[in-house]
Amino acid sequence: MGNRSIVSIADYSREKIQNLLDMASEFEKAPNRRLLQGKVVATLFFEPSTRTRLSFETAANRLGARVIGFTDPKVTSSSKGETLKDTIKMVSNYADVIVMRHKLEGAALYASEVTNVPIINAGDGSNLHPSQTMLDLYSIYKTQGTLENLNIYMVGDLKYGRTVHSLLMSMRKYNPTFHFIAPKELEMPDEYKLYCQQNNVNYIEQTDFTEDTIADADILYMTRVQRERFTDLMEYERVKDAYILKADMLGKCRDNMKILHPLPRVNEIEYDVDDSKHAYYFEQAQNGLYAREALICDVLGITLEDIRNDKTII
Amino acid sequence: MEKRKDLLVAALESGTVIDHIPTDKVFTIVQLLQLDRCTDQVTIGNNLESARFGKKGIIKIANRFFSDAEISQLAVVCPNIRLCIIKDYEVVEKKQVTLPDELDNVVHCANPVCITNNEPMKTVFYVTDKQRGVVKCRYCGKEQQIENIKLV
Repeated sequence: MGNRSIVSIADYSREKIQNLLDMASEFEKAPNRRLLQGKVVATLFFEPSTRTRLSFETAANRLGARVIGFTDPKVTSSSKGETLKDTIKMVSNYADVIVMRHKLEGAALYASEVTNVPIINAGDGSNLHPSQTMLDLYSIYKTQGTLENLNIYMVGDLKYGRTVHSLLMSMRKYNPTFHFIAPKELEMPDEYKLYCQQNNVNYIEQTDFTEDTIADADILYMTRVQRERFTDLMEYERVKDAYILKADMLGKCRDNMKILHPLPRVNEIEYDVDDSKHAYYFEQAQNGLYAREALICDVLGITLEDIRNDKTII
Repeated sequence: MEKRKDLLVAALESGTVIDHIPTDKVFTIVQLLQLDRCTDQVTIGNNLESARFGKKGIIKIANRFFSDAEISQLAVVCPNIRLCIIKDYEVVEKKQVTLPDELDNVVHCANPVCITNNEPMKTVFYVTDKQRGVVKCRYCGKEQQIENIKLV
């Protein structure tokens, strides 16, 4: 069923991405509107995710929509054995947009095939998380003034980190140079390196994370090195402190450099970094609100033009 | 009385001959095409001499012609077999089986956390590399080697 669902943004054109960035930027100027008055947004969290859900629900509320949904599959019929298809069909009778998070990969794509109501993928297992990618792109665009020709350093867990994979794919059209900084056990998987080669994207792999190795970064994208990802705990003990960003490592970095992190952080960015002008992870999370306002409007067919001419600003 | 050293296998009047089957795949194909339930004449030969492959299997089925969907399934099991369509004792068409661009509900995804393994739904795979037999699940996006995955 053809509709305006957002399952993945990896294949969006530059024009489409720019359009969404411009929409987010309009929402940043005026986040509170009645643009979606009379609309119902369903947030179906088959897998709990407080951060993402609050961000989407805030986005819907600030645009004047009503929100229905569930935060935990234990309270729904899926715990009684109802199929995803049936749940989606049922909710489609009530809502104008369905935002869904599911632990199974491909769940959002399948949901978009069984209903005419647009679906926004709020994460399907370790597969895709387009709204996170959108807010990352918006954060990069906002802080650097462009997405073109940037040095993007990805640090930490590059093997399982869904956000770094999505960002990598979405940035490919903007001639970036990636630096992958990770322990051997969590290095960027071959399929993504192959992807870079096929798309003529430059990348450099390194294991050292020091003041000197990050001096040329425009964006430092930090991720969490999780203990449970390691088969060899000796290896974990050896590398766990090697990928922690400390304030004294920022002495040589570029003036425009910003530190991003999908959050939650544990110890990979020390608290003294928070006061640095390079720290951007909390603003990044706030950008998620504007990015999600843009995504909800996009699936409902509301254009940049509509938003610019909007008379419902509160 | 002299013992006969050969038994004649009747030529097909009408039907399909599947030739050049790898010897270890003959009975997989029997199963796949449900030939055990076929009421027409079926001849199964295996470990026959082959100039090209050393040994091969061959299956002749009377009065049966396969759909494109069945041929896609065959391609998944053994990508290099050949089908001869027989009508009135003549080979009217030879079909080299090749992997199609897309496999609709032919194989299961090998990824246990793929939605297709957890919902009553059809699978779709895109064949990304016909030479090496690499397919990609439409839903979870995982690329997989075709010989490692199970038929639906």
